[in-house]
Amino acid sequence: MPRVVRSSLRKELFANPIDGLVSVLLISGVGAAGYGLIHWALTQAQWVVIQANSTLFAVGRYPIEQQWRLWLLVALVAAATGLSWGALRGLPQRDRPITAVWPRNDRIAAIVLVALCGWAPAALGLAWPIQARWWALTALLLVLRWLAGRYASRLRKVATLGLPLLWPLLYLVGMVLIGGGLGLVTVGANEWGGLLLTLIEASFAILLSAPLGVVLALGRRSSLPLLRWGSIAYIEFIRGAPLITLLFLGQNILGFLLPGGLAPDRIWRAAWILTFFSAAYLAEAVRAGLAAVPRGQLEAARSLGLNLPQALSRVVLPQALRIALPATVGQFISLLQDTTLLSLIGLLDLLGTARSVMANPLYLGKSAEVYLTLAVLFWCCCAALGLGSRALERRLNPPTLGP
Amino acid sequence: MAGRLSASPPWWQNRRLVPWLVQGAVGLGILVVIAFLLGNLVRNLSAAGLLLSWRWLGQPASFDIAESLLPFNASEPYWRGLLAGLVNTLRVVGLGLIGATLLGTLVGSASFSSNGLVKRLARIYVEVIRNIPLLLQLVFWYFVVFLALPNGEAAIQLPGIVLSKSGLFLAGFEAGFHWSGPSLVDGVWQGPLRFTPEFGALLTGLVVYTGAFIAEVVRGGIAAVPKGQWEAATSLGLGPLLSLRRIIIPQALRVIVPGLNTQYISLAKNSSLAVACGYSDLYSVAETSLNQTGRAIEVIVILLAAYLAIDLAISLVMNGLNRLVQIKER
Repeated sequence: MPRVVRSSLRKELFANPIDGLVSVLLISGVGAAGYGLIHWALTQAQWVVIQANSTLFAVGRYPIEQQWRLWLLVALVAAATGLSWGALRGLPQRDRPITAVWPRNDRIAAIVLVALCGWAPAALGLAWPIQARWWALTALLLVLRWLAGRYASRLRKVATLGLPLLWPLLYLVGMVLIGGGLGLVTVGANEWGGLLLTLIEASFAILLSAPLGVVLALGRRSSLPLLRWGSIAYIEFIRGAPLITLLFLGQNILGFLLPGGLAPDRIWRAAWILTFFSAAYLAEAVRAGLAAVPRGQLEAARSLGLNLPQALSRVVLPQALRIALPATVGQFISLLQDTTLLSLIGLLDLLGTARSVMANPLYLGKSAEVYLTLAVLFWCCCAALGLGSRALERRLNPPTLGP
Repeated sequence: MAGRLSASPPWWQNRRLVPWLVQGAVGLGILVVIAFLLGNLVRNLSAAGLLLSWRWLGQPASFDIAESLLPFNASEPYWRGLLAGLVNTLRVVGLGLIGATLLGTLVGSASFSSNGLVKRLARIYVEVIRNIPLLLQLVFWYFVVFLALPNGEAAIQLPGIVLSKSGLFLAGFEAGFHWSGPSLVDGVWQGPLRFTPEFGALLTGLVVYTGAFIAEVVRGGIAAVPKGQWEAATSLGLGPLLSLRRIIIPQALRVIVPGLNTQYISLAKNSSLAVACGYSDLYSVAETSLNQTGRAIEVIVILLAAYLAIDLAISLVMNGLNRLVQIKER
């Protein structure tokens, strides 16, 4: 064993007798638990419950003959991801004139992606043509990533204009592809399920609650008493109630509040409730960001002749939102987690699908396999969001400030 | 030039008028929306014959509550059932607050351990727990852990404690002052103190989940005390325990207490997920009552008021505590 490793081990684990004892106990405990888990996963667990229901977990009861639309959507998302990823690396930045087109993190990400696409479809026991589709999708993503990284600097104008438009456009196209309309067969919201429903609800709520949260935060800091008190009342009402009671309210009372027939169906009701719920928490995050911007910034902007909306949108909000970014992404992560509550009001989101699968006598007593899979899935999504937020935070730090 | 300066600005730049116009427009908008919703509500409710009435609270509930501190059976009125649910909620919230605080403090201070392994394990615990939805954790504890425990003879037995599929049994005083432990009667465990697996799963889930968040609050609080404070305390001749108690903790608490308040309130609200593991808390009783009576508005009002009251009570206590630990300025 090299001396460096030995000395750092000694310092970290065996600095004194008590530390040594604790370390030995912990290592044996963690080792035994890890061994038990791996032994169970490899020999006793029956993963067939996941393999047999993988489509159900992914898209719920989405009609099979219409599923090509979802494949098309996944392909579009893969293409857009590859393009944006490559363009982000390939475009010269103001503070970073020369960039490596394939930095180390990107190489790691690409390897992880390839490994995942090689392993997951095979482990799920998918048919060969479907496995091949996943390989093709990954290849599409990586090829576009390479092309965009290579040629983005030449097509600079198109890239800087097109990228911000790409994702909102894709979202609209995606909603049409999923829901139908414009010549496609309609697939009602009650046929969406599984991961698809979870992602739709979460993305809808995230997109709509962000502007609503900013408006509420501005209202709460406004000098006009009516706006201030209205915002405070709304925020505190929402934050004082558990989400499940609000979802319950949405399911049971929204029908009474709107004229007959106008009330949206249960999936959209839940989506709106999630939006309104999340907006109140976002407002608090943004308010903390606004409070951290010195008052002089607004006064300076006004004295330069900007009117209030201009001063807010050009001077105050960019600084406030940058400060509020970690808390905002934290709220988005908890919103993604909160979508599991939809299963309690009888919707078939990821957890609801899992519960319905478990109700099948064929899969009785397989809850450990299912719940562990869901836990890993959620963990990966949330951890990825957190990592992304930290990277964005580093990126957005103003280059001129700081030591 | 002078004429232009003295000319009054157009009305949309008037500093006195514009705020009133904006507020008037917003107020009018809110009023119209509220009137629209309330009008629909009254019309729809009277069409359904469900206009606001509290008389149903006195009718017999005709459902049972599996476990409650308040004795309750199906012939008693709804309000007693809701009260029993509230008591159940308070029970799990109270024990959960204590457990989560202990666990969070332990893990939060473990991140300052001199042992590298302890530090990393504390980090892993926080990162794993915070990125998995609480509801998923609750069903995991209930279906995978508590319902998979062995029953009867095979139960996990320690002196005075038995953990089995039918619950956790503890030794205690029974029938006056007669100390007795759990015992196996006809293959069924019985004991003076019993916690059902539903309660156990909910409590464990809430404690483990909130503990991770409290650990972060505690870690942040201790990290906020400058290192110089430790060094100053040591150079004054204070031992590690004394400097922790007299110098570090009082300063860390100033940062920790407001954070704890948020976490406590979120624990109280999260306890409403009890329905996922079959524990009869306030929300679950209210849901059953709604399904039986159809009284949506009244049930929601009761639920919101009850949770608001719990939140306010926690906030009051924590604000009092906050006042105690803040810097006393002259």
